[in-house]
Amino acid sequence: MSALLSLQSISKRFPGVLALDDIDMELRQHEVLGLIGQNGSGKSTLMKIIGGLHQPSAGEMRLRGSPVRFGSPLEAARAGIGLVHQEQSLIGNLTVAENLFIDKPTDFSRFGFYRRSRMNDAARIQLDKVELDVAPDTPVDQLTFAQRQMVELAKVLSLEELVEGHLVVLFDEPTSVLTPTEIQSLFRQVRRLKMRSSVVFISHRMDEVLAISDRVYVLSDGRNVAERVKGETDPDELYELMVGRQRAGSVLPRSNPPDKNAPKRLAVRDLTVPGKVEDVSFDVASGEIVGLIGVQGSGAEAVCRAIFGVEDSHSGHIEYEGRPVRVSCPSGAVGLGIGYVPAERKAEAMMKGMSVCQNMTVTFGSDYGYGGLLLSKRRERREAANWVERLKIKTPSLDHRIDQLSGGNQQKAVLSKWLLGRSLRLLVLDHPTRGLDPGARADLFNAIRRLAEEGLSIVFVGDTLDEMVTLSDTILVLRDGRLSQRFDDVQAKRPSEEDIVRAMV
Amino acid sequence: MTQAQLHAHDPSAMASPRRGEAGTQRRYWHIGLGVLKSAGPIVSLLLMVLVFAGLTPNFVSIANLQAILESAAVPAVVAIGMTFVLVQGSIDLSAEGVASLANILLSILIANSVTAHDLGAGAIVVALAAGLTIGALNGTLYAYLRMPSLIVTLAMWLITLGLAALLFPSRQPQILDSGFVGLALHKHLGLSALVYLAVALAFVAFIVERRAKLGRIGFAIGADEALVRLAGVNVNAYKVGAFAICGCLTGLAGILTAAQIGVGNPLAGEGLLFPGIAACVIGGTLLSGGRGGVLHSLVGVLVLVTLRNGLVQTGANPLLQKAIEGVVIVVAVAASTWHLRRKTRVVK
Repeated sequence: MSALLSLQSISKRFPGVLALDDIDMELRQHEVLGLIGQNGSGKSTLMKIIGGLHQPSAGEMRLRGSPVRFGSPLEAARAGIGLVHQEQSLIGNLTVAENLFIDKPTDFSRFGFYRRSRMNDAARIQLDKVELDVAPDTPVDQLTFAQRQMVELAKVLSLEELVEGHLVVLFDEPTSVLTPTEIQSLFRQVRRLKMRSSVVFISHRMDEVLAISDRVYVLSDGRNVAERVKGETDPDELYELMVGRQRAGSVLPRSNPPDKNAPKRLAVRDLTVPGKVEDVSFDVASGEIVGLIGVQGSGAEAVCRAIFGVEDSHSGHIEYEGRPVRVSCPSGAVGLGIGYVPAERKAEAMMKGMSVCQNMTVTFGSDYGYGGLLLSKRRERREAANWVERLKIKTPSLDHRIDQLSGGNQQKAVLSKWLLGRSLRLLVLDHPTRGLDPGARADLFNAIRRLAEEGLSIVFVGDTLDEMVTLSDTILVLRDGRLSQRFDDVQAKRPSEEDIVRAMV
Repeated sequence: MTQAQLHAHDPSAMASPRRGEAGTQRRYWHIGLGVLKSAGPIVSLLLMVLVFAGLTPNFVSIANLQAILESAAVPAVVAIGMTFVLVQGSIDLSAEGVASLANILLSILIANSVTAHDLGAGAIVVALAAGLTIGALNGTLYAYLRMPSLIVTLAMWLITLGLAALLFPSRQPQILDSGFVGLALHKHLGLSALVYLAVALAFVAFIVERRAKLGRIGFAIGADEALVRLAGVNVNAYKVGAFAICGCLTGLAGILTAAQIGVGNPLAGEGLLFPGIAACVIGGTLLSGGRGGVLHSLVGVLVLVTLRNGLVQTGANPLLQKAIEGVVIVVAVAASTWHLRRKTRVVK
């Protein structure tokens, strides 16, 4: 098989950082190439270079044998390279068909007016390729997340008719927010895609990468450290290549068993969020870690958001430290000592473009000032620096922009925004490990475990079963907005994954 | 390169009638929801009509309804133009200056009592072209030089007002062209040509908004400009286009005012900006862009004009009228944006 795309000695230098260091890579025809590495290892940068979002500082890229250099994603697209974005690139108030063709030269318009029927017919052909059964004139914001991802894929595949030869399709962590069934359907698409294109696939889940890829490249610190062929490796080897340490024991066990008689911190009774959650009741003791899990739409996220007061309406009783409370807005929740880390880190949890320090001190910075009126930069920074050290946040300085850190370090900085609060007693984490590699995940879990041992109560929504049994003291399974089962003393007697799945579906 | 393949003559596209049905169903459902969501402004309008009709029986007379439509014509033209700009998430404050300038240009170039020019219909063309040019200039300064549209158009408001004053001759020009003044005077079915013109414009604008790239891409720019840029769309050109349309229609509003009052007035545009923008917002065209549209804005215009008319009809204290207008606008905007309320939605 000949190389469709080859990279020779590609390097990328950002101010102060060498993100990619002399990368060689070859993508063959009809091949799915897995790309793994920790956060910050350069996977995304590499994707962005291939996709035309970044330009390499050195090295050469050859497509179908001839050297190419892309100044923009559009140029890459015209050459047959499409990126299925992790953050989606669809415009919500346009229709599916308009989104499919917005970046392509088409003849659907005459004198500046669209010829809708032509455009919709053409869109249907593209949607058929991904087996997506929606009307082409549906506005995109009425689609589910998984459907939108299929539209993204169709948008890339519609390059086929514009380009001679095979396409290069790049998937940047496409599975991180999909349910297992959606992942299976995505994999079917990827396998079909192999007929007429080559695919680069990034995921943090080793089993997924091994299931779908023919070959795997491992990146570490911007260098290509290994290449493995499917069938000649296993998840443990890949993990070791990636992080250079053994998988087992990466999350410390709980040092002290949860105190049975610990005072109740939070009591939720008959919590109902219209259309999402019905009559959910549970308790959280001080120092307890409660994990919520369910398939998409089970309502676990809505429970978190209701506790923090961001759901638009909810009913039921919430008792906090023995007193009935009504949490109707986030500032009320913060006043009670409740913190919340949202699932959508980029959209809701961090202030992009601001420094690590500014992000960490936005909520509780005034606690370190003078009488709550004047801020003290010096004391704020000292406290922020303290948490940077405690959570081992890797950042060049406190003044570095938060969105330039790797995902795991971003998440730890977001977490420490709450830890700065002296009055914080309950922390709600919505999919805290989303987009984190296994190493960063273990770091984060150890930090959470330690905080719980110090008495902080934690409620979290997990992404995987493994996460649930590793971290939780109590697991609550939700199904269709109702509590379907609870597992107590998880660390003492671990429930089997089958039992949890049975309660989920 | 076979772009032709992109559109469908592929039999597989037609081979799925089941999907066609599902699609239509979903579309109906969508329209149903859309009507519900945008019902706020229409409900406000109907409520207002009911209240005024209850207060004074004259309010629902044919003559008064005609009067309402007559006074809605010029604000509607402004609001239609403004909608194209607002939908993109920009704003144009230059309306009053541009309308005044167009008004003066027209009244000194058409047969009039002061200057010797008589370009006839050419005067209308010149005035419209002036509006278009200023609008395009607004858009160019904003899009290519990256200055905030608020400031660019604020400055243009002053510049055009100054130009209008400069062009104003020693005496007030009386427009002598009877055909032109007749636009506002002669009535068909009780309505002047101005009303028919506004309705026709609304229709054309609606088609442009829903079917033309200018309209559709405008919505996309309002929703997420960065994404549209990354898709390789020439965003700046669409911005200039929207401002040019807005400037041209504002110029038209100034021309129509000249037909209504029969004289050239360097302050003819006064009072056009507020109803223009307020009407759009009341109707549900968000200042943040991406939502609303021409029909929304027209409902907003009717709300404002009906309110003003009703207050006069019911004999409300003229000193209080402005205050009442303000209160009703706040209530109407609250009603029209109620369905968008989210705890985490940011409104600026």
